Amino acid sequence: MTEVEVRTACALRLGDDGLVLSHRLAEWASRAPELEEDVALTNIALDLLGQARTLLTHAGGLEGRGRDENDLAYLREERDFVNCLLVEQENGDFGSTIARQLLWSTYQLGLLEELTRSTDSTLAAVAAKAVKEVAYHRDHALQWTLRLGDGTEESHRRMQAGLDRMWPFTAELFERDGVTAEAVALGIGPDPDGLRPGWDAAVDAVLTEATLRRPADTWAPTGGRRGLHTERFGHLLAEMQHLHRSHPGARW
Amino acid sequence: MRSRRGLSHTHAGSIHAADATMALRNARDVYTRRGEGSSIWVVPASAITASSPDEKDPFFDPAADKVYRHPTFYDIPDEVRNL
Repeated sequence: MTEVEVRTACALRLGDDGLVLSHRLAEWASRAPELEEDVALTNIALDLLGQARTLLTHAGGLEGRGRDENDLAYLREERDFVNCLLVEQENGDFGSTIARQLLWSTYQLGLLEELTRSTDSTLAAVAAKAVKEVAYHRDHALQWTLRLGDGTEESHRRMQAGLDRMWPFTAELFERDGVTAEAVALGIGPDPDGLRPGWDAAVDAVLTEATLRRPADTWAPTGGRRGLHTERFGHLLAEMQHLHRSHPGARW
Repeated sequence: MRSRRGLSHTHAGSIHAADATMALRNARDVYTRRGEGSSIWVVPASAITASSPDEKDPFFDPAADKVYRHPTFYDIPDEVRNL
């Protein structure tokens, strides 16, 4: 891979992660347990969408095929998306969503802190701005994990179930492949292995305080970075891309 | 909510929350979306003692006819900007 191809792949992965998770969180609009949470989850979704827009624009520019953020978000097929499997998982109940948020935002925060030193200046700039946003996302997930885990019998049961459901998809976050190896060599991104200890320690601390059990590492589904997604991802894309595909170039 | 340093906090609105920590975050999420604030206080509704509409007359009417309490009888020099 050339350096430009590696930078493109890194921007596209992180951009797709943000875009897809943003869409999942936006599905909570008007359906959250309380009005305050409705606003909180959609605020987080908008932060992620803002990051994704910059990253996809950057990826499109590097790629040099004339594709802008809209082309990349709305006109690619399922197999072209390189987001991880965790962010595309269905919301489930509020406990599941909070579990996904905790696991993802803890990872994303560690990743962004490293990316602020990236040799790709756009990635570094996006990371510097996003660190503050994601620190709040993580705090939001942490506060709810503590309250649901250490709350009532029912909230504890649901929070644990959500955690068990999301857990297998976290293995993929720390996977290494050709892109991550090249990214490390070129100083574009961090070694996934290096992110693991910090993530383990942060997640374990929250789970212990929330009286939750760390799920066992059983199966480790993978494939997102190669465009192999889980069953419901196609449905997400159908909804997300429908308007743009039906009315190409539609504007507000 | 305090919009910027040096100004007083003003009432922004009401929110629901399980406890004070969450109330602060909910207030942040609901009321600072457009950069309105640099500081937030949250107070449980049960801690607020409010005047009653029934007491409106004895509370507030007596001040209505005392014009001499307003600083309208002083000549203010042009140089004084903030009084």
